[in-house]
Formats: sequence, C-alpha cells, structure tokens
Amino acid sequence: MTLNGWAQIALYVVVVLALTRPLGGYLANVMAGGRNWLSPVLLPVERAFYRLAGINPAEEQSWWLYCRAVVVFHLVGFVFLYGLLRLQAVLPLNPQGMPAVPADLAGNTSVSFLTNTNWQSYGGESTMSYFSQMAGLAVQNFLSAAAGIALAMAMIRGFARARAKGLGNFWADLVRVTLYVLLPACIVLTLFFVWQGVPQNLGAYVDAATLEGGKQTIAQGPVASQLAIKMLGTNGGGFFNANSAHPYENPTALSNFVQMIAIFVLGAALTNTFGRAVGDERQGWALLAAMGVLFIAGVAACYWAEAGGNPQLAALGVDNSLGNMEGKEVRFGTPLSALFAVITTAASCGAVNAMHDSFMPLGGMVPLVNILLGEIIVGGVGSGLYGMLLFAIVAIFLAGLMVGRTPEYVGKKIEAREVKMTMLAILCLPLVILGFSALASVLPEGLAGTSNAGPHGFSQIFYAFTSAAGNNGSAFAGLSANSVFWNATLGIAMVFGRFAVIVPMLAVAGSLAAKRRAAASVGTFPTHGGLFVGLLVGSILIVGGLTFLPALALGPIAEHFSLLAGTLY
Amino acid sequence: MLRLLRASLVILLLMTLLTGIAYPLAMTGLAHLAWPGRANGSLLARDGKVVGSALIGQTFASDRYFHGRPSATTDADPNDATKTVAAPYNAASSGGSNLAPTSKALVDRVKEDVAKLGSSPSAPVPADLVTTSASGLDPDISPASAALQVARVAKARGLSEVEIGRLVAQHTEGRVFGVLGEPRVNVLQLNLALDAQHRQ
Repeated sequence: MTLNGWAQIALYVVVVLALTRPLGGYLANVMAGGRNWLSPVLLPVERAFYRLAGINPAEEQSWWLYCRAVVVFHLVGFVFLYGLLRLQAVLPLNPQGMPAVPADLAGNTSVSFLTNTNWQSYGGESTMSYFSQMAGLAVQNFLSAAAGIALAMAMIRGFARARAKGLGNFWADLVRVTLYVLLPACIVLTLFFVWQGVPQNLGAYVDAATLEGGKQTIAQGPVASQLAIKMLGTNGGGFFNANSAHPYENPTALSNFVQMIAIFVLGAALTNTFGRAVGDERQGWALLAAMGVLFIAGVAACYWAEAGGNPQLAALGVDNSLGNMEGKEVRFGTPLSALFAVITTAASCGAVNAMHDSFMPLGGMVPLVNILLGEIIVGGVGSGLYGMLLFAIVAIFLAGLMVGRTPEYVGKKIEAREVKMTMLAILCLPLVILGFSALASVLPEGLAGTSNAGPHGFSQIFYAFTSAAGNNGSAFAGLSANSVFWNATLGIAMVFGRFAVIVPMLAVAGSLAAKRRAAASVGTFPTHGGLFVGLLVGSILIVGGLTFLPALALGPIAEHFSLLAGTLY
Repeated sequence: MLRLLRASLVILLLMTLLTGIAYPLAMTGLAHLAWPGRANGSLLARDGKVVGSALIGQTFASDRYFHGRPSATTDADPNDATKTVAAPYNAASSGGSNLAPTSKALVDRVKEDVAKLGSSPSAPVPADLVTTSASGLDPDISPASAALQVARVAKARGLSEVEIGRLVAQHTEGRVFGVLGEPRVNVLQLNLALDAQHRQ
C-alpha cells in the first residue's frame, strides 16, 4: 500500500461527503414536487407525461396500490425489452448485423436490467445492436434507477408522515426523478466522458491495419451516453464486455474518479434526504456514518490484499511492487482497482474496472461480503437507503429487547408487524443465495459453468447467485453463465432479490405512515449518536456473519490458505 | 388495472423516446460538434490509413517495437462456433483471463513469459508485463516495463539507448493532478513515434 493510494481514497471520501448535503436537499425538493431552476423547461414536459398517461400526480397511493403500480410497470417493461431483444435483427441501428438474442439470454437480460441488476451473460460488443443498447438497455438503466429512488421516497414518507394512508404517487415519483435528477446529470456526465475519450458514435466497427501488418477490428458505439446512466443509476451493465475496464469505457484515471463518484453520490445524498424528511439531519448522518465504517473497513482489506501481490508469481521472479496485476489495467493500478471494486459492490452497481475473478482470495472476498451484507453500504440508488432502514429497524428492535421497552425509530413505534416484515425481507436473500449455490454445486449443469477448479470454482458459483440476488451484476466473470440452466436460475434469483425486498418494505412503510408520531422523551433511545451507529454496524455484521460464514469458509477463505500452502488447481 | 396498464405503457413509451432515442442522439450530435476525434474512438492514422486507436492496445512481437502486456481476449472458433480460440488484442471482444491466483494455468503462463524476458533476482520482471489486463486491450505499460525493453529496441534499430530512453520519457504520462492513477507509457503511440523518428 502506498501513501498515494491512500490519498486517492481520502480524496474520494471527501468529494462524496461534500456532495451529500446539497444533493440531499435537491432530492428532497424534487420529491416534494417543488420548483427548481429546471422547472421552466421541464414542467411542460412533466405535465405532458401525466396527461398522456392519464395520471393525476397529486393522487395518493396506499402501499398496496404503490406496490401494484411498481409490479405492473416492471411486467410491461419486461415484455417490451424481451420483444426488442428478440427482434433486434430486423430493427434499425445494427451496423454489425447482430442476430436476434436467443430466448433464454433475452429473458435473463430483460429481468437483469429491469431489476437494476445488470448481470450480463453476454458480451455487449459481440451480442447487442446499438438500438438494443440505446432504446432497450439504457432506458431500463434510467427506469430501474428511478424506480429505486421512488421506492426509497415511499419508505422515507412512511417514517415522515403521521396518520397518513398514502405513500405518494409512484408515477409522479418516477417521472420527476428521471426528468429532474437523472437526465440532466447524465447530459453533463456524457459530455465529460466524451471529453475524456469515451466514444459516442453510431458508426460500424473500425478496421485498423496495425503497425505489424495485422488487422484489428475495433468496436464502436454510443458508449458515453449509456456509461453516464450506468454509473449514476448504479446499474453497472457495461456497453462492452470488459465494462469499465475497457479503455473506451474508462479511458483515464480522471474518468475513473468521476465514475466512482457517480456510483455513490445519489445513494449518499438520499441519507440526507431522509434526515431532512424526518426533521433531523443527524439521523441521516448517523446512517451514513454506519455505512462509512463498513466502507473504510472494506477498502482497507481489499487494498491490502491486492497491493501485496500474488506470492506464487513473486517466486517466479516477478516484481510485485505494483501488486496483483492479473486482470487489472495499468492506468488504474491496484489502489483504484481495489477502491472501485469495493464501491461497486457496496452500492448495487456491479460495473467493474478490474476482473474480480483474478483478485487475491481475500481481496475478492471483500466485494462478495459487501453484497452479502445486503448492499447497504450506501447501496444502490434507493435500494441502499431502504435496505439500511430495514437494518435500522432490526437494530432498534434488538435495543428495545435489551432494555424491555417498545422500540422507537425517528418517532415511530416499531411493533410486531414491522419487525416480521423486515425479517421476511432480510431472510429471503440468504435462502435464494445459499439454496441455488448448493444446487449449482452438485448439478452437472451448474458445475459446467465454472472455469477454475478447487475452492475458487465454488467461489464463482457463490458469487454469481450473490450478485444476482443482491441485484448487483458484477461477477467472477470466468463463469460461463450463458446456458439455459444459469440464465434461468440467475433470472429467478434476480426477481426474488428485487421483489422479496420491495413488497415487505412497502408494507412496513405503509404501516409506519399510518402511525402517529411519538414525541421523544427521556426514555427514548437516541438514534443519531455513536452508540446507535455501533449497534447498527453490529447488527449488520451479526446477521451477515451468522448466515454466510460457512459458505465463505468453503470459498475464498479455503483458497487463501491453499495459496499460502502453495497448492494450485 | 386498466388504468395501471395504460399508465405503464404510456410512461414506458415516452421514456423510451426521451431517454432511449432523443438523449443518445442529441449526445452523439453534441459530441461530434465538440470533440469529433474522440467521439469517433480516438483513431490514429498514418499515411491516410487507420493504424489503430490511441486508447486501444495492439499486438507487438517484433524486437523493433515496444511490447504491450499479454492479452487474454478470444474469438469464436471458426470451426466450432460454440468454442473460442485465443486472439490477443481482439478489440471486438474485450475481456480478461479470469484466472484465479491459485490457478495452475496462470502460474504456468507467467513462468513461460518470465523465462522469455529473462528475469534475475537483481532485476525481477515488472508484474504488469507478464499479467493480462482486465480488458485485454490495455494500451499502456508501466515505466519500469518500458525501461526493461529499451536495450532490445535500441539494438534492433541500431540506435543508442539514450535516444530511445529519451523518447520513452517523452511518452511517459504521470498521474492526473499528480494524484490519480498510475504512471504509464502508451505503447502504440511510443511505437509510432519510434517509426517516425527512424524514417528521418
């Protein structure tokens, strides 16, 4: 580890923290339907959307109606995207003549992009036409991110409102977030990325005559516009197969820095939006502090593991001062590769600028653990906040048990229904991850996908289902997931990972909104201080640790010790 | 239910028009006005012919050129479409080796490459020169990896090592703002400069 490496990490943390409050205020304003400097241009567009769709944006939806709107919207989106991918051969903007996407792959990909997972069983430049990327995949990048933020807003309203029936209007939330937040930010980001060297064109792939007389076909495309929303919406689905490791998709250390900021910025800001909504910004900072503790711990562990390099290669006469460079790019080196890996899995982004599959065993375990903990370390846009609020309910419930009082969080009594629903949301993930991992580890169809033998083969399987159920989308990419077995099982895991959290979460929000606000008294446990942050971090680690430690021992931990012992596979 | 369906359909179609068609097309237009070269992939031409992209690495094997990192990209097997064959620096299908640190295939490959480069305990081979990049298209090598190749290139071209070393120094890029990223040498641009100098 170097001083310069840590300076980059510190700079990153400072910039994210500096953006949290101003952006949190802006999001709160958008959420409330307030006017801002974009309104003169966008208000007519917004109203046209409502008129054409037959929506009354002021209509309050109960949690159940909000939930139905979310589900129906996803179903319609699935049919549309699936059809588009199946028909891409006859649709325009296909200069490479890409054939139709096969049925199982199209199904998997549609689910993947709708659920904000962006797991990719395909390589972008060898499978998708420009039209599929733009009008199919990028649109879902916008919408799944907007839906995530809308859901977080519903949850925030659950805490902020008293004796209320409604959680807001899903359509209005979706449209406002897209128009006032995502689209303007993406326009700025796109231009920045092109300035840094990211291509943005609709031309055919270029044939170059290399200096040594060979022929090199170089893939092109409207990369920058898709890259912007891929990062900002914590989607993570790469335009190219190598994702943000591709020099076209991430040409410089500066473009890399901005991409990392874009992953965290909205998720961090939402903690502040939450604080403002419940009338005490310190509540938001406490959540962000708990996220920060887990984040710094992850960065330190991953950077340490990667900077040390592979002892097996050092023994062959390789200078390991650059660290473990297999599957990494020279312009990023180990510090930025490790930092990016932790950010992308702390959030539910899943974009990668280095291949996690080739990380050191413990270095690769950090991204895995981040997803297993529920992606609540800042997390995906929206999903990170509502995931963290569910853990806050668990933590405050445990605190209540210790002192024998009905627990309260930001003025709301936490009772049996909320705790039951929260546990349902939290326990569904392990069931899907561990169940499917066990299945794939014994079925020949599952084992056929692994590209490494020994404990790392199990890690590949475990990582795949973790990533799918966590709606992350990153991978130990050596796994050949483009088979009917893998496309189907991962597709099911993604659906569960999204909706088995959303539905109980909305139920909690609905039940909280209906409650009155309890005034704080001397007996109220303060939830803005260090004690609560410690309790929250503890609860997250205990739930995650108890559930997943045995599986981790079989994968990365076993691999770490075989590496030290010099056992190769 | 019908109201929900109508709202879903209309919002999806409008958003597709806005974020899926209008937004990328407008961005493409703006990008071409502001930075046409970059928007088109930072292509490099010599004598009117495209020889590659400044951002994309390519294969170099001759002693007269600096070599980039090993690449793990593949291409579809011409005899069997379900299989792939090795095709280094295939810029139409990016990707890494995805070999685990405990992989025998990785250790064997590195052993072979180190033997070719000739490592000694006093001068170990820089890690980037014997490891594959994440994209398989890394355009850069570390300054140490460039330094290791100066003597070979100088000998093959009949030039002095000082002269080549100066060219390498000119093509070494530092960290952005002195902080971000790692120092690097763009291999294709260095080799183009070598050729240009040699002709004079």
